[in-house]
Amino acid sequence: MLKDITIGQHFPGNSPVHRLDSRIKILVTIAYVVFLFLSNNVAGLVLNVVFVLAIYGLAKIPIKMLKKSLKPILPIILFTVILNLFFITGEGTPLFHLWKINIYKEGIIFCIVMVIRIICLISGTSLLTYTTSPIELTDGMERLMKPLELVKFPVHEMAMMMTIALRFIPTLIEETDKIISAQKSRGALLDSGNFTDRVKALVPILIPLFISAFRRADELATAMECRCYHGGKGRTRLKQLKITGNDITISIVCVVFFAVVLATRFVFPSLI
Amino acid sequence: MSVLKIENLSYTYNEGMPGATKALDNVNLEIEEGTFVGVIGHTGCGKSTLISHLNGLTKPQQGAIYLDGKDIWKDYKDIRQVRFTVGLVFQYPEYQLFEETVYKDIAFGPKNMGLKDEEIDKRVKMAAEFCGITKEMLDASPFDLSGGQKRRVAIAGIIAMQPRVLVLDEPCAGLDPEGREQILSQVKNYHLTTGGTVILVSHSMEDIANYADKVLVMDSGKVYKYAPTEEIFQDAENLSKMGLGIPDITKVFLKLREMGIDINTDVYTIPYAIKTLLKYKDKNGGAK
Repeated sequence: MLKDITIGQHFPGNSPVHRLDSRIKILVTIAYVVFLFLSNNVAGLVLNVVFVLAIYGLAKIPIKMLKKSLKPILPIILFTVILNLFFITGEGTPLFHLWKINIYKEGIIFCIVMVIRIICLISGTSLLTYTTSPIELTDGMERLMKPLELVKFPVHEMAMMMTIALRFIPTLIEETDKIISAQKSRGALLDSGNFTDRVKALVPILIPLFISAFRRADELATAMECRCYHGGKGRTRLKQLKITGNDITISIVCVVFFAVVLATRFVFPSLI
Repeated sequence: MSVLKIENLSYTYNEGMPGATKALDNVNLEIEEGTFVGVIGHTGCGKSTLISHLNGLTKPQQGAIYLDGKDIWKDYKDIRQVRFTVGLVFQYPEYQLFEETVYKDIAFGPKNMGLKDEEIDKRVKMAAEFCGITKEMLDASPFDLSGGQKRRVAIAGIIAMQPRVLVLDEPCAGLDPEGREQILSQVKNYHLTTGGTVILVSHSMEDIANYADKVLVMDSGKVYKYAPTEEIFQDAENLSKMGLGIPDITKVFLKLREMGIDINTDVYTIPYAIKTLLKYKDKNGGAK
């Protein structure tokens, strides 16, 4: 059920990937997405797939998790495939022709490229949350966005909001599960009937959920105030982020990888 | 005849994943119609998992649940009927209230059963009375009530469905002694008036000792013992070793025995304690 959602989950561990400085991890993830969409040839795509799999291996994240996190985006993949398959027109004669539907070779190739890109995108970015605890993650983000403070951007407040939001996702999922069970016990029908019935059936779930979210927010605010929280000014950290040898090694490997991916653009012919 | 029968029930969380935990391990149980069953055990011993099986919220991974001799999962469409027959009150049920008025919230269950308006009205009033909800409260918003009142409204919401089996998961958690007493005596009253079966999950041995006819002791996913209350407390020493809090009065008698006084230790209520003491006095000719 709801508990099966894996996006945003954290898998504690002690691999080099886990120990990597969260700032570098965020930058590498962003760079990975950019280079993933820059790679337009066979070699580049293969490299991207291998890169992701290698990191999964290094971080010792079970491949089962990967499968689980890809499951919810299956509809998106299918949608992309169908759309591209039918709407991309290529040169020459279509491979398949039926009434108004034409399928070209270019369309098929484009589909394959897109599917690989989406899968890599999801699995690559999930790695970030799999291997980084929410606290490290927001810490890293706060540090990376620090320069924005010059233009009066509330960096610390944003980071704190992110931390709290991430922290409460599992709690609220659990809560939703509980409320659904409770209303089901009172005979609520949640998965049948027409559209209006289904929307109406959400009311007994959403109202208690919102009320409990507000209650939690209120309690949390009080708890933070009790511990003298007053925003980011003058706040020190328990864990200082420091660049270590591990960080430098991995950074170099990643830079080399990105350079190679970029280079393939000039060596191999573009697929799309 | 038993109203609920549990056969070889096993359930594992996160099966096949790292961190898989066996919550239920081959549980066999028969609950007779009209008994007040107390369920006790450690946190994480599988109590909550067991009861979520009883009304078909969780589908058994292994084994089966029989309601009146019929497998509840035989026909998926009947599962809603099972939920009306086995009413389940969750932990902290006040968090599931959602309607504008208490009346409407209590009526949610009966409405889902597809009853006529007069019947719903009758049941809401009946349930409100059982749970000590006044007429003024019925028109109030459930969110304006106190914690204990909300809890009673939530319980009334289940009672209004007139389930033949009423299951309560820690109905007294977080309430003061007066609130506990109130809720438990109302449940007992419901049990006596309707003759329905009640299954009460609790951490408090005291509560269970005072109200239950039979006690189910669970230990790490297994049934440790399922027997009439007085039999359970003959075993008080072992329960104590398992880390289950036993009633204070039982502790007194265990201590007496430790001091070399030959007395029964299956005592779990004050009146019973007095009786045992008097019996002991008679036997020993009033020596001590």
